[in-house]
Amino acid sequence: MIDILMDKILTIGLEHFLILSGTLFFIGLFAVLAKKNVIAVLMGIEIMFSAVNINLVAFNRYTAAGTALTGHVFAIFVIALAAAEVAVGLALIISIYRQRTSTDVQDYDWLKW
Amino acid sequence: MFAFALNHAWLIPFFPALAFAVITLFTKKMIKFSAAISIVAIVLSLIMSLIIGIGVIGQGDNFLEHPVKAVVTWFSMPGLSIEIGTLIDNVSVMMLLVVTLITTLVQIYSLGYMHGDPGFARFFAYVSLFAASMLGLVIAPNLLIMFVFWELVGLCSYLLIGFWYGKISASAAAKKAFITCRAGDFGLLLGIILLQINFGTLDLQQLSAMIPNFTQYTGLTAAGLTAIAIILFLGPMAKSGQFPFHVWLPDAMEGPTPVSALIHAATMVVAGVYLVGRILTLFITLPSALLFVAIIGAFTALFAATIAITQTEMKKILAYSTISQLGYMMLALGAASLTASMFHLMTHAFFKALLFLGAGCVLHAMHNEASIWKYGGLKKYMPVTYWTFLIACLAIAGIFPFAGFFSKDLILEVTFAASSFSGHAHGPFQAVYSVLFIMAVLTAFLTAFYMFRMFFICFHGELRSKEVEPHEAPKVMTVPLIILGIFTVISGWVGWPGLGEGKAFGYFVRMGEFHPVEANWFLIILSTLLALGGIALAALFYWKQTYSAQAVAEKFPILYKISYHKYYIDEFYLWIIHQIIDKCGWLLWKFDIYVVDGIVNGFGKMAQWGGAVMRKVQTGQLQHYALVFLLGIMLMFVLLSFTGVHSPALGMIGGAR
Amino acid sequence: MAMAAMFYLIAFITLGSALMMVINKNIFHSALLMLVSFVGVAAVYILLHADFLAAVQVLVYAGAITVFIIFGIMFTMKGDPKKTNPFSKNAIPAAVLLLLFIVINAVTVVITVWPLSNLNPPETTVRAIADLMLSKYVVGFEVTAVLLLTAMVGAIVIVKGVKKSS
Repeated sequence: MIDILMDKILTIGLEHFLILSGTLFFIGLFAVLAKKNVIAVLMGIEIMFSAVNINLVAFNRYTAAGTALTGHVFAIFVIALAAAEVAVGLALIISIYRQRTSTDVQDYDWLKW
Repeated sequence: MFAFALNHAWLIPFFPALAFAVITLFTKKMIKFSAAISIVAIVLSLIMSLIIGIGVIGQGDNFLEHPVKAVVTWFSMPGLSIEIGTLIDNVSVMMLLVVTLITTLVQIYSLGYMHGDPGFARFFAYVSLFAASMLGLVIAPNLLIMFVFWELVGLCSYLLIGFWYGKISASAAAKKAFITCRAGDFGLLLGIILLQINFGTLDLQQLSAMIPNFTQYTGLTAAGLTAIAIILFLGPMAKSGQFPFHVWLPDAMEGPTPVSALIHAATMVVAGVYLVGRILTLFITLPSALLFVAIIGAFTALFAATIAITQTEMKKILAYSTISQLGYMMLALGAASLTASMFHLMTHAFFKALLFLGAGCVLHAMHNEASIWKYGGLKKYMPVTYWTFLIACLAIAGIFPFAGFFSKDLILEVTFAASSFSGHAHGPFQAVYSVLFIMAVLTAFLTAFYMFRMFFICFHGELRSKEVEPHEAPKVMTVPLIILGIFTVISGWVGWPGLGEGKAFGYFVRMGEFHPVEANWFLIILSTLLALGGIALAALFYWKQTYSAQAVAEKFPILYKISYHKYYIDEFYLWIIHQIIDKCGWLLWKFDIYVVDGIVNGFGKMAQWGGAVMRKVQTGQLQHYALVFLLGIMLMFVLLSFTGVHSPALGMIGGAR
Repeated sequence: MAMAAMFYLIAFITLGSALMMVINKNIFHSALLMLVSFVGVAAVYILLHADFLAAVQVLVYAGAITVFIIFGIMFTMKGDPKKTNPFSKNAIPAAVLLLLFIVINAVTVVITVWPLSNLNPPETTVRAIADLMLSKYVVGFEVTAVLLLTAMVGAIVIVKGVKKSS
């Protein structure tokens, strides 16, 4: 019983990477949900992107290694998109900051009832 | 020509209808032309009726067995087929002749009576419409068409009673007439519908054939069919002014006198009697229904007569007299005699129209002063009116040889034959018919009394009113009186006892075997004695003034009051309407406001409340939205991974299943 | 064995720095911790034999994106630096929920039977990636290029603001 467990822990397999990426994802999500500064929200989003990339590459490594590196290509696209998204996001934040001089996410409530 | 008239009998109601349309649409301003159109139309109808009448009578009782029906199918669907057209047999021919003749005379009379009235052309239009409706009713081949024309005559009655619509009492009377008739028509329509459901047809000929064996054709019991018959009888009760629907007839006197003569004496009110006569097989098959008709008729006759003895307006007395005579006709039908009823209908039409037209002459002379206590001694001012009025009064009292004698005697005879007095009656209700016979005899006495009371007060003695100088009516009004007087004298002779086939009234208009009228001397002497007694009593009170009517009234104040106030029936109805119907209406109004509107408004309020609560979800906070989003996704994730939910929708979202 | 030790160390660094980033109240410190986290992720890529990707990760993420974020912070920071990154009211419910989700995720992953393959990844991945990207996924490649251009132009337009008609 114990040695199966030890074997599971010590032999790095797909599950480890998946649990790692999942945890990283949820940490990033926590930043999105629980921080007041909008830049912190953006940072959380970036962490989430990274976690997803780990997921993609891990699957590629463990389930389709010898064949095409589709996971890597997908991950590269994700990185490109993340960069674009940060650019636009920051532009938006700065634009809002100019008008309202507030970076508190809770102040951006114009869609309130 | 006869065959043409027979097959195109629809032209008879068509001519007056055409006159109505033309007058209403085109010639309202040209009053003399309008009157001319109206009179020409009704004369054409009269000529056609005469042609048909002569032909039908010439063929004896052929038409009784084989009436001529000329119909087209109006519409038909499975289970219901309605034809529109005409049915010519002896009874309808008699009615055609009566209606057209009296309408012609009344229209000629109206030329004089309505002279100078601003609604002159409108009057003739309405009278033409009425003539068209009544004629259509008379020759209707099935109950539905009869009902259509029935409603039309009701409409014409409303229009004509409320002719002077500016007068509030007139329009109130018109409404009362229409609403009371409508209450009865509810029963009539219900009865017609039930007949259609059970027998599958409303055609009069087919119904007459099917009804005697109704157990073969329908699943009804005798009690069920009796109920249908009584429900159906409610219509004739209202239209023919039977108790308790009689309340509209006295008020209907608000209309012009020619209208009263035409509609509320001679023609429209007899539509109820005519309808019952047409479906008499239904009532004859059910002795209880027949008894009901007879009881209502006799009671109405006596009831109206007791009211008439104290009334003080000429037209009101005549109105109650009409109700009473209609009761007689219903009683005759209730004694299963179509002959007696139709005979009395015919003679009554003549002498009642004559009475009303005479009353119109008197009103015209006295400048619309209605109370008879202002009249008196009109004999020397209006001789023609006097003599024709006398003939009519003698006829209605039942004095030989005038028309009323023969017809009223025939009614007494058939009631006597159905009662236990005669000794050869059959049927379970003989004793009741005996009571009804006594009531009818009493009514005969009262009729003579109150008619001659009116006659003596109005035409004898000295003129009581000082303001007016009465004069005789113009020729155009007195000539119809004379013509009607002639008919009043001779029309009874077709019922002379002993007349045989081919000549007697009872030969042409009958149901079943032909029985020549036998002279029952007991009844003849009884009725003549009663009539003379009534006249003598009236003379003592009001002509010679040997006894004082005032003293008698003071001696029995309660009876006098009840009679004068028409048994307080109008007040009773008004009480019912105010206390019961209005209160029910108030209750339903409250129900509508609070419950029905409450439910509807409740839906709206709920939507509002729901919205007020749900809008709080929109906080505007990005992180709240993201949280909810996350929850949803995780829920789906858990559903897909851990449970056994197999759903194509979830699979589409991103599951493996 | 060595692999396992390396993995756990790198995982600890990555997750730890991410966690610290989220908890820290100073936004500038958060940005720097994010940088550490990105480098950790690059190390994870190395563990997964994704060498090219690790390089790209360091270049783009740890290089460009972190600098971007710091730009943003510099533009919008005001007040006491120690209080620039507080928690919101949703912190506790979110934390509880997310802890739950981490557990669910882990359980799911462990339960599932993965279709593993025993093949070895190639030594250098650049060639393979280039082959794929420029043959099979060339449309995506071109579209991404256009998207980057659009993002650039868009960002400039948004920041520049609406031209006032004078």
